[in-house]
Amino acid sequence: MSTTAMPTNTKWWNGGRSPFNASYGKVMMWYFLMSDAFTFGAFLISYATLRFSLNDWVDPNHVFNSFPLAGSANLPLAFVSLMTFILIFSSVTMVLAVHEGHHMNRKGVEKYMILTIIGGLAFLSCQAWEWTHLLTHQHEVWINGINGAAGHVELWNTTVSHNPFGPEVTINGHEYATPGPISFGSYFFEITGFHGFHVFSGVIINIVMLIKTRMRHFELRGHYEMIEKAGLYWHFVDLVWVFVFLCFYLI
Amino acid sequence: MSANSASPEITFHPEHAGSTKKIWKTFWLLSVLTVIELAIGLTIYNIHKGEHPNATLVLAFKGLVCILTLAKAYYIVSIFMHLGDEIRNMIMTIVVPLCLFIWFIIAFLWDGTSWKNLKNTDAGSREYKKVEQVQKAPEKGAKD
Repeated sequence: MSTTAMPTNTKWWNGGRSPFNASYGKVMMWYFLMSDAFTFGAFLISYATLRFSLNDWVDPNHVFNSFPLAGSANLPLAFVSLMTFILIFSSVTMVLAVHEGHHMNRKGVEKYMILTIIGGLAFLSCQAWEWTHLLTHQHEVWINGINGAAGHVELWNTTVSHNPFGPEVTINGHEYATPGPISFGSYFFEITGFHGFHVFSGVIINIVMLIKTRMRHFELRGHYEMIEKAGLYWHFVDLVWVFVFLCFYLI
Repeated sequence: MSANSASPEITFHPEHAGSTKKIWKTFWLLSVLTVIELAIGLTIYNIHKGEHPNATLVLAFKGLVCILTLAKAYYIVSIFMHLGDEIRNMIMTIVVPLCLFIWFIIAFLWDGTSWKNLKNTDAGSREYKKVEQVQKAPEKGAKD
């Protein structure tokens, strides 16, 4: 709510000026982000309503307890915490790029855009590892026999049709998981995939911004507002991750 | 940024901070909030591992985690996205619709649990008893 240098008694809605004192491009980026926020909101509401309507859901501390190169160590939520910090940090470098743009410092903008792009690629790599791990790692599942037949153990991956993280049973002194709610896989891969797609497109946009900066487009234009708009998109991606992190891993 | 090189529809330009102190302060704040959320997440994990998990305590922790996430969202939008530096009318066009998210969160918690209760009591016609979630074993040759 900065009121420094604001002319008093400005007639904002009388035409001839932006009533929000912001350029057309910036206002439109904000409203695009609003529409995207409601799209993600719709997906998360659908997921959460189903999740709370079931008696048993998966325990994220059991599903997400692996870390690359740590073998079978039990590290609940460790990897996803790393992913969250990577994205927060890339958000910081993006703000710093915008800050450098405000001071017309081309070299500074380049430096921070490169760091932001690296952060985005790091996040995508982590998400790729997480997906691969879920899709290929096998878990023992106890399947009940049908019509009185004996049950047996199967090895299941976590896919859109199989969920090996259901409630546990004890058979002959051995604890097994049973099949869990099928919808977990589709919701997880769909929502994190949609978010990952946004991260990917954000990285592409940031690369284009970096190239334009190096080619002095913004220097010649006299302002780095394009970097600001790309920054808004990147922060939105970070914000969505904060909510995905909340819905899938914490509650 | 000079007024004549940026868009002509802008009436005045906000003053830009000289130092990056505020940015780094916000980074540390977001990191601390995240660490607190993770600590609460692990606490919930340990409560579930215990003998008699206290459901109300778990619910209280989950509520706290939601509030911390909303706080993180506020700092990201206000400081990183610079919405806090825009004029008040523009801030309102963003914040007022986003307040719908508060309704969304309440709605999915309420509707979800209500649906669960309906299923567990056969639409209120009998005593509460957890309905078994029946999972069919996959048929041989079923596509994965």
